[in-house]
Amino acid sequence: MAATEIARQAGEGVRSLPLSGHVGFDSMPDQLVNKSVSHGFCFNILCVGETGLGKSTLMDTLFNTKFEGEPNSHSQPGVQLKSNSYELQESSVRLKLTVVNTVGFGDQINKEESYKPIVEFIDAQFEAYLQEELKIKRTLHNYHDTRIHTCLYFIAPTGHSLKSLDLVTMKKLDSKVNIIPIIAKSDAISKSELTKFKIKITSELVSNGVQIYQFPTDDETVAEINSTMNAHLPFAVIGSTEEVKIGNKMMKARQYPWGTVQVENESHCDFVKLREMLIRVNMEDLREQTHTRHYELYRRCKLEEMGFKDTDPDSKPFSLQETYEAKRNEFMGELQKKEEEMRQMFVQRVKEKEAELKEAEKELHEKFDRLKKLHQEEKKKLEDKKKVLDDEVNSFKQRKTAAELLQSQAQQAGGSQTLKREKERKNSGFL
Amino acid sequence: MSEVVPEPRQKPTVPAKPTCANISMGSQLLGYVGIDTIIEQMRKKTMKTGFDFNIMVVGQSGLGKSTLVNTLFKSQVSRKSSSWNREEKIPKTVEIKAVNHVIEEGGVKMKLTVIDTPGFGDQINNENCCDPIEKYINEQYEKFLKEEVNIARKKRIPDTRVHCCMYFISPTGHSLRPLDVEFMRHLSKVVNIIPVIAKSDTMTVEEKHDFKQRVRKELEFNGIEFYPQKEFDEDMEDKAENDKIREMMPFAVVGSDKEYQVNGKRVLGRKTPWGVVEVENLNHCEFGLLRDFLIRSHLQDLKEVTHNIHYETYRAKRLNDNGGLPPVNNPDSEEQHESNL
Repeated sequence: MAATEIARQAGEGVRSLPLSGHVGFDSMPDQLVNKSVSHGFCFNILCVGETGLGKSTLMDTLFNTKFEGEPNSHSQPGVQLKSNSYELQESSVRLKLTVVNTVGFGDQINKEESYKPIVEFIDAQFEAYLQEELKIKRTLHNYHDTRIHTCLYFIAPTGHSLKSLDLVTMKKLDSKVNIIPIIAKSDAISKSELTKFKIKITSELVSNGVQIYQFPTDDETVAEINSTMNAHLPFAVIGSTEEVKIGNKMMKARQYPWGTVQVENESHCDFVKLREMLIRVNMEDLREQTHTRHYELYRRCKLEEMGFKDTDPDSKPFSLQETYEAKRNEFMGELQKKEEEMRQMFVQRVKEKEAELKEAEKELHEKFDRLKKLHQEEKKKLEDKKKVLDDEVNSFKQRKTAAELLQSQAQQAGGSQTLKREKERKNSGFL
Repeated sequence: MSEVVPEPRQKPTVPAKPTCANISMGSQLLGYVGIDTIIEQMRKKTMKTGFDFNIMVVGQSGLGKSTLVNTLFKSQVSRKSSSWNREEKIPKTVEIKAVNHVIEEGGVKMKLTVIDTPGFGDQINNENCCDPIEKYINEQYEKFLKEEVNIARKKRIPDTRVHCCMYFISPTGHSLRPLDVEFMRHLSKVVNIIPVIAKSDTMTVEEKHDFKQRVRKELEFNGIEFYPQKEFDEDMEDKAENDKIREMMPFAVVGSDKEYQVNGKRVLGRKTPWGVVEVENLNHCEFGLLRDFLIRSHLQDLKEVTHNIHYETYRAKRLNDNGGLPPVNNPDSEEQHESNL
């Protein structure tokens, strides 16, 4: 076996020991794989290309399943990204597949800003991962990785050359994601035109310095395949989910009056090659490249932007900590300021409310006083009237008693007969 | 002109195409796609990069630590201290000695580091025995953290963190010593501890059984969570499997690197006047169980628990303290720190 990284890292002072029996750690890869399998894998594909180039159909064909969704319209105001997630399972392997489609790419009249939403989306996924990695309490091993592992760029089958939109977009994306260019709907091009087209495209990419994903050739088992495949880039593919009976088998194909194009026939299109390369040989490498190259690049740029510096190996964590500390103090200071402000506002509001309440109280008091006064006046009036009445009653009583007295005196003087008669008369008067 | 290119099929590694549809949760796969080849891809990648594993052995001298490690990895990974001249000075404090080896088996290369702790428990006053060890373990976490926090990171950060600490209990037959309890209590929070009863050929079967029960009870009583920790069991399957293992721990082992003839076979063992103690015989000692558990089934899990749990705890604490640094600075950086203030 070729020298492995371990041996290289081991350096001096490390002895290679012979084993005198079977220890059993050759089951390590199996243990690792079992753990990963139980965890599940995830793979995220970004499909970039103009509307109507067959992106969704190709995804359906690649993964042999019918993803939901209807074809998108051509009248979108700007480029949007729509992502759909699917859970696929094959034997014991669970794959969380996310397909992100660009909607409205290349449809606008002014396409200058077309690439921006895509770049922002990719950056956003990196950012989310970076945030998670920088957290103090983090759960990286359970994190659902949404970083884009590969970008399938769909080239329109004009047969001439790359469009300028394609060149610009690919140039912007090549440092952020693994780009695999594909010629879509390649049944529109004849064989000879196809070869010329491919050569033209490759030379244009090279002359513009666009770095597309090269299949890795350092592992012997796949080096051969990968290097032959590298020569066939970009793949000319056809997608189809309809099955047509050819010979005595049902195969995926597109039927025309002049013949049938078989998707899985290597002489008709490169679909099988794409599937081999994308899924069966290099899926893991794509994920690794994304993590070790593109993500690390993003992280480096972002951290340098944020002001962390990597100057001296000795002062690394300290500068990081100092920056952390400085930021933290800043943050705490801001928090305190805000707290003060809020407190002051609160105090002010309380004062205002108090003043209002006092006003109200005063008013109430006044009202109460007024009412009381009114009440007293009325009472006085009533008392006066009562007094007058009492006086009248008293005077009446006096007159009555005086009159009765006079009468009784008169009668006593007049004789008792008349009194009796008067009495009787009075009594008979009453009966 | 593209002719029919012979289909580049990888023969032995890719599983055969099943013709029936594979029902999946979510989407129906209408045929074979090839997603499960990712297992093979991953396996190839990991075999290329190789593994590293760091094991620390702690115990009083004379308990057979080096012999056991040699027996486990079937090679002379540790130099036995029995070759010491007793007149040589006994280390005044606990020393930490790390030795690296590269061993290969079945195409898998492993960088094994054995960290020995001579002097543990050997002094008269053993109060600070745990400190150098804890300091070493934290130093390794610190190294890894520094590398991880770098802006321009290495592709593969060298992993020197201690993945497993085997603690050797002396086979008194009574119970754990206070030093054992202290050590395990401190360290079970920062590293995976696997307690092992050393030189178990001094105990009979019943004595072994009773001793183990007592040790387990004492560990539980003192709140010592040894590996596999109950709280990290992920699902029912794991729990059932780990429960079985926890029932059998601590393993009572015997180590030996000498071979003897028994029943016509050459076996590793210890020869005594009354018979040969076979190391790999499950009736004699539990070495086989320890080896299977440690190497053949839980090696990766040990590394994962160290990385995902112990390291993360250390990192969280470190980033939270933000200045309350553990005593692992080197003098230059400390000066620089002061000059930065």
